[in-house]
Amino acid sequence: MTVVGTPLKRKEDPKLLTGEGKYVDDIHAPGELWMGMVRSTMAHATIDGVDTSAAAAMPGVHAVYTGAQLMDMGLWAAPLPCAWPVTPDMVNPAHYPVATGEVHHVGEIIAVVLADTRAQATDAAEQVEVSYGPLPAVASIAEARTDGAKAHSELASNKSYTWALVPDPAALDAAFAAATHHVTAEFTQQRLIPTPMEPRGVLAVPGVAGGDVTLYSSSQVPHFLKILLAATTGIPESKIRAIAPAVGGGFGAKLNINPDESLALTLAHKLGRPVRWTETRSEAAFSTHQGRGQLQRIELAADADGKLLGVRVHLDADMGAYMMLVTPGVPLLGSFLYTGVYAVPAFGFTCDGWFTNMTPTDAYRGAGRPEASYAIERAMDILAAKVGVGPDEIRRRNYLAGGEKFENLAVPSTLVFDSGHYGPSLDLALDKAGYADLRAEQARRRAAGESKQLGIGLCTYVEICGLAPSRALGGLGFGSGGWEHAVVRLLPTGKAEVVSGSTPHGQGHETSWSMIVADKLGIDPADVTVLHSDTAISPLGLDTYGSRSLAVGGVAIAMACDKVIDKARLIAAHQMEANPEDLEFAEGAFTVKGSPDKTMPIQAIAFGAFLAHNLPDGMEPNLQEQMTFDPSNFAFPFGTHVAVVEVDETTGQVDLLRYVAVDDCGNQINPLIVEGQIHGGIVQGVAQALWEDAAWDADGNLRNPSLLDYLVPSAAEMPSFETAFTVTPSPANPLGVKGVGEAGTIGSAAAVINAVCDALSPHGITDIEMPATPRRVWKAIQEANQ
Amino acid sequence: MQVDMTVNGQARSADVEARTLLVYHLRDALGLTGTNVGCDTSSCGACTVLLNGESVKSCTILAAQVRGAEVTTIEGLADGTSLHPMQQAFMECHGLQCGYCTPGMVLAATSLLAENPSPTEAEVREGLEGNLCRCTGYHNIVKAVLHTAEHDADFWQTQAGAR
Amino acid sequence: MIPASFDYVEAASAEAAIAALTEHGDEAKLMAGGHSLIPLMRFRLATPSVVVDISRLSDLSYVRDGGDHLAIGALTRHCEVEASDLVKSQAGLLAHVAGQVGDPQVRHRGTIGGSLAHGDPASDLPAALLALGGSVVARGPGGERVIAASDLFTGFLETALAPDELLTEVRVPKGPDTTWSFQKFNRRAQDWAIVGVAACRNGAGNGAAGSTGVALINMGQTPMLATAVQSALASGASAADAAARAAEGTQPPEDLNGDAEYRTHLAQVLVGRALAELG
Repeated sequence: MTVVGTPLKRKEDPKLLTGEGKYVDDIHAPGELWMGMVRSTMAHATIDGVDTSAAAAMPGVHAVYTGAQLMDMGLWAAPLPCAWPVTPDMVNPAHYPVATGEVHHVGEIIAVVLADTRAQATDAAEQVEVSYGPLPAVASIAEARTDGAKAHSELASNKSYTWALVPDPAALDAAFAAATHHVTAEFTQQRLIPTPMEPRGVLAVPGVAGGDVTLYSSSQVPHFLKILLAATTGIPESKIRAIAPAVGGGFGAKLNINPDESLALTLAHKLGRPVRWTETRSEAAFSTHQGRGQLQRIELAADADGKLLGVRVHLDADMGAYMMLVTPGVPLLGSFLYTGVYAVPAFGFTCDGWFTNMTPTDAYRGAGRPEASYAIERAMDILAAKVGVGPDEIRRRNYLAGGEKFENLAVPSTLVFDSGHYGPSLDLALDKAGYADLRAEQARRRAAGESKQLGIGLCTYVEICGLAPSRALGGLGFGSGGWEHAVVRLLPTGKAEVVSGSTPHGQGHETSWSMIVADKLGIDPADVTVLHSDTAISPLGLDTYGSRSLAVGGVAIAMACDKVIDKARLIAAHQMEANPEDLEFAEGAFTVKGSPDKTMPIQAIAFGAFLAHNLPDGMEPNLQEQMTFDPSNFAFPFGTHVAVVEVDETTGQVDLLRYVAVDDCGNQINPLIVEGQIHGGIVQGVAQALWEDAAWDADGNLRNPSLLDYLVPSAAEMPSFETAFTVTPSPANPLGVKGVGEAGTIGSAAAVINAVCDALSPHGITDIEMPATPRRVWKAIQEANQ
Repeated sequence: MQVDMTVNGQARSADVEARTLLVYHLRDALGLTGTNVGCDTSSCGACTVLLNGESVKSCTILAAQVRGAEVTTIEGLADGTSLHPMQQAFMECHGLQCGYCTPGMVLAATSLLAENPSPTEAEVREGLEGNLCRCTGYHNIVKAVLHTAEHDADFWQTQAGAR
Repeated sequence: MIPASFDYVEAASAEAAIAALTEHGDEAKLMAGGHSLIPLMRFRLATPSVVVDISRLSDLSYVRDGGDHLAIGALTRHCEVEASDLVKSQAGLLAHVAGQVGDPQVRHRGTIGGSLAHGDPASDLPAALLALGGSVVARGPGGERVIAASDLFTGFLETALAPDELLTEVRVPKGPDTTWSFQKFNRRAQDWAIVGVAACRNGAGNGAAGSTGVALINMGQTPMLATAVQSALASGASAADAAARAAEGTQPPEDLNGDAEYRTHLAQVLVGRALAELG
């Protein structure tokens, strides 16, 4: 029986389909108090006064605290954490949950109301009067770079850090000097609002006598939460239990240690009453970090045939007002991928991180890699036009290993790609798309001068996931390891229980982990229960982000299963009076080689291990093993996407007609889940390309915090997708798996904009800034034809 | 004020403030937390319930306005442990991931097929324009709706006939 | 977000609603389907101290043949207007536009009277009523009066309805052979139009046979007729020449989706497409 590789229906679904799934806002504790946040209406100002008297007198109000009062209460041992100081001299202004003295972005918390109900907390927060002393706001990267106004009054410069990866500067200069073709392109990665459908929420329930607190949070990272809140509040780690119940999507937005989480924890601990809060959607634009926010400059050097000689990149990255958990590191996650899937002899990357007076940025689906993929894949199309070849041909000429299959290949950005096989990926994508027919239709429309023109865009991406070898993270200055922990046990009745340090929020880990265990132990996946996301049940774990769960956490489970089998073998051999080496394990039972009638099912061994009546001398009872897996390398999924768009040149409207995605994430556990991850990922990248844009004005106000104006696309705007897969196993782990959580997003924005630019190329248009709104496209056509 | 209504076939009554939106009435007063809140602008559809059999956004209706009406939430759709055809189709086709938009999406789709039992793909996509999902890219949601429309055609024809 | 507190009054009849409005004056707001008002109240952009609920006045939900016109009760929901055979056959534009408002959930709850009384320049139904040359019936303490659509919209979210008047009925001329076109340009299906155009040309069976009504969505402070287009057509201009005048007299708003230049262009394009569809 093999279930791995089959599209097993998810075991998570019945609960979620019937309303039984409990998200944080669904959980209540007796006597709970609601927090109502008083948020700054100014991007940058001194706080000259906070009058809480009217709010304190409102019905149901228990208390109103200003930042100064909260500091006096001694709730915090340290500012909120940044776990990724990317350089030793990185500037990192103190960030406490509530502002004192000066606010640095609209929506920063100035005071907190505690009231009996959600409505009362909202009512009272409205009544707090804040007087501000306005200061000049820094509301763009361009403005930050001038270092005129400062985002924090005490800073000498808005620049936080400069990070560089230039392995061989002389070789890079030589490559550019020798080149026939040069491409210099600048791209804007607009800020995005991650928008998991479940807004973030928190509920802290104190155990008054014991001094402990249970913290329910809609978090991707309950383990980080427990450790880092302990470190920053002074509440002992042993007294904090963090639980991420059903979590309604994350996409990086729930990968943080947030002011509200620290407030709920410390206030509950201090007051001895449960404290809760759930962000409203419009509040989330300020209470939850945003994604992207980069200006990219990429330069390519190529020979006469278009073969790359060098790639040079500089980023200016918008940190926002503060360094959150991994804010400064996000751009660097992409640094290694600016040479894409191509053989590039010389490479250089630099990044400046800038403070601005806007909501902090941090991880959002892909975190650094969609940006990198976008820059190199857009630039390759520009190079193709210069060389005079098609976008497919320029890619073929430059693929690593000539497009042939490779393993453990060193690339100039100092990494070793685990495996790749890019040629067939492109072939399959073009074949599925009917590339020649599309080009013919495009030519027909152009010749006919039709108002609706066709554009075809390619992107062959590679990404870096499976975070990560702990040593590698240490080398990057990341304040955590990259291992994952798992426990696999067989219960006395023969059912399996898995404790995973991975923390799913929609990815279907319970199903995938059950499938791995089922195949390993030869049992039914329905007989496997997966426990996770509660630090009291799963105390060791490094959580789910960076498409790491399968390649690290899933592998840990498989390896723990191997240990369980090893122990079971010793017990079986002992009880069957055979040599362990003479036992074969298959279909969930040990059989003595050559004596097929002598078998012992693993369930019987589990019961025997529980009874412990007849175990080998010195063996611990019970059939339970644990594994902490630290991978030897990252994983490098790849794929080729083809977007087909129709551009209405009269209005500038872009319609996505077709989307073909060929992805390779190594071996697949559950193809149903893999495909679902690709689908969702595609839309988030397409949304960046065509719809989404957090629009900040010059004063640091966000013009579109709600879903009325921040345009998350619906089913009506999307086609069905045409997906296919190639399988190039990773040699870096025993399952041969990679990761698929972010791949769709990493491939899709570039494919779509390449398609839009392809459609517009007869006008001489070579770039359209994201999102390619109708107005932006129309204006580009107008300007090109002037 | 006292608000009485029939929810999932049961008479339910609660004393609420006049300003209470139906979604908070269902969630907070009646404990039916399957109906979710995903936005504050009537945009996302996570709060969709059936009001007298038709999909509505329960964040944009006062509980007081629904007195005497019949409300169906996601908790009332399955028959015991036997999933409703729409729920079953979502499971078959992997039409959900994190599950947060799912109750609203399932009920919106149920209302859609009750009005149009054999829609085209384009009609399904247009018909779900008021429900946002961030996980699935909609592909498998649309597939699920088309799947049940085809495989449970008799059921949906009966639903349409009952209207 | 949660609305600020208010007193809730359920009106048992139109007269009771008018009496409540008379009693509470500016402090009171009528609520039908609530799909215009509740969103404003959630952000506390509207904070009425009294909400007069008229959503149960079922006698104001109907579609009737009024002889030369169709009479549609103010509380008729968008989905009912959309599905009405009478509206489809006699005022196809209105049925179609009712099916374009918001999304299905909105159409199951929102009412034609509520939408018109809100007077939102970005809203679809006011433009349809303008193009069709319709009117509304307003009932107040002194009785009823008919307000032509062209007189109804007086300012941003302001109408000619007095504070103590209730919009009870919508009237549109019957036009079984009226040709029509509706052009809604938006970025997502559920969104309001960036610019929209409702247009119709009266058929032979109509008193104003051959005349063309063209109305614009989101091109100014109010829902508005494209008067320059209409007069150009009336004086025999070609469709293309008439469409070029689409933005005359408008004050297109500037927002994230479009500036005045782009909206002007869209109005011209969409009017051109609409006139082409009218044939």
